[in-house]
Amino acid sequence: MLEMNAQSRVIAPAELGNSLRQAGGDRLDRRSRLKFFNSTFKVICVSAAVFVCLVLFGILFLMFRTGIMTFETVSFKEFFFSANWDPENGHFGALLFIFGTFALTGLTLVLAVPIAVLIAVFLAEITPVWLRGALRPVMDLLVGIPSVVYGYLGLTILIPMLRELTGRDLADGLLAAAIVLAIMVLPTIARISDDAISAVPKKYRDASYALGSTRFQTIFGVVLPAARSGIVYAIILGMARAIGETMAVVMVIGNTPQLADSLFTPTAVLTSNIVMQITSVEFDSTWNYALYLMGFLLLAISLLLIVAVRLLQKKGAKAS
Amino acid sequence: MQATALIEINKLNLFYGAFQALKHVSLEIPQRAITAFIGPSGCGKSTLLRTLNRMNDMIPGARVEGSIEIGGTDIYAGDVHVETLRKKVGMVFQQPNPFPKSIYDNVAYGPRLHGITKKRELDEIVENSLRSAALWNEVKDHLKRSALSLSGGQQQRLCIARALAVGPDVLLMDEATSALDPISTIKIEELAQELKDRYTIVMVTHNMHQAARVSHQTVFFLNGEVVEYSATEKLFSDPSDQRTEDYISGRFG
Repeated sequence: MLEMNAQSRVIAPAELGNSLRQAGGDRLDRRSRLKFFNSTFKVICVSAAVFVCLVLFGILFLMFRTGIMTFETVSFKEFFFSANWDPENGHFGALLFIFGTFALTGLTLVLAVPIAVLIAVFLAEITPVWLRGALRPVMDLLVGIPSVVYGYLGLTILIPMLRELTGRDLADGLLAAAIVLAIMVLPTIARISDDAISAVPKKYRDASYALGSTRFQTIFGVVLPAARSGIVYAIILGMARAIGETMAVVMVIGNTPQLADSLFTPTAVLTSNIVMQITSVEFDSTWNYALYLMGFLLLAISLLLIVAVRLLQKKGAKAS
Repeated sequence: MQATALIEINKLNLFYGAFQALKHVSLEIPQRAITAFIGPSGCGKSTLLRTLNRMNDMIPGARVEGSIEIGGTDIYAGDVHVETLRKKVGMVFQQPNPFPKSIYDNVAYGPRLHGITKKRELDEIVENSLRSAALWNEVKDHLKRSALSLSGGQQQRLCIARALAVGPDVLLMDEATSALDPISTIKIEELAQELKDRYTIVMVTHNMHQAARVSHQTVFFLNGEVVEYSATEKLFSDPSDQRTEDYISGRFG
């Protein structure tokens, strides 16, 4: 019985070879079918990529084409270097909005980044496991809160608090907006940094501890530098969110077209000004074109900052 | 036994939760010599190594009974400063683990931790440590290059240099050559031979030939116990325990 079994398992080489061939009769053989699927898949992938690029350049082009018509009546110098925004009387100085956007973004990051990185360190390195499991979903939920809610809280809670603290009648301005934005981008930056820190291999920590370092020294000497590129990425995402944020800013910044000479001066930024004015301008007017140009600027600034941060990061990586 | 004992381990038990990883380990480790720990996987040799610089402290649920005395001080006593202990008892790991920093910064990391900031002083420590680790001639012209650009064997010698830079007296090597090719392995072994005149070296190895080649004393572990330990020559030529003989003659493990 056993012998027969063993014999029937032995297969002639030619038979084995034949069994590998495709059963005949298919109209398309395997090779041409594979070729067809491969090339179709490739075409789909490439066209998806091309589509995304087309959309991006389409947006850039439309904003630019409409925006550039501003310069038919307004000089380049006035638009970029004058802070007098008074469209009814023909003054289109956008400097105050550009300055406001840079100042607000900078201030937001100054407030948010240190706190967010500390939260991330706390989550990734210090928190006991059970608390970490509770905190991470909470942070993820915070990322999803609509910005108008943050703005509302700023309007009803933060601004009265600031009024009381400073003794001013109006507390709307850069500081109020920066605090609201900082709270808004905090969970984004913290959670992505947290992931970056958690991904630092244990062997680096081991090496550091074995040299006699404390936990504090290990975190700041080895773990954070090793997680740097992830943290920079987190900051870019937070920054992109802060630059483009409109609703939360409109509600607390004061919406007055004047250059912010203090943290509590009601002012405006590119986004808040566009949204406040775009519905009330004539379609075919310089005012409308100027708002388009500001939209284009906003895009350009955020692209520029992203590139700048990436360059800084590369430079930092080389230096260390 | 030769020389004076630097480390005395007395009836050491180590538990991971309910699991007992080390059982009644008593052992003396002589100064300025190489001691090798051998035994099959999971026998507790690496665990014992990691108690010597208290790297096991960070594993949740790890608990130690008994004593380990270095120069007469119980390192598990309450008044022991763990950071200083780890500075004095350096460690090299199984996988080369240089930091993602430059070669220079890797070696200078330890001294900086312990408060050395003067450039000239650091330069001197970096050069001496790299020379001691037989790496200086290969890297002296590109100290600013990333440590990760080095080969595996070079990385491991860099890790030795990094450990030497904080001025340890004891060097623990946890299967430090098992991830390396034969030529790099020989280099590390030769290095260990040179270093033993200045440092007390304890190495864990799964390679019996390595233990026979480089060590003065060999300790054989099985299931968390020390089966026997003696001068390397004696242990390999005339083991007193049947289990040791079975292991070194390749009958198991």
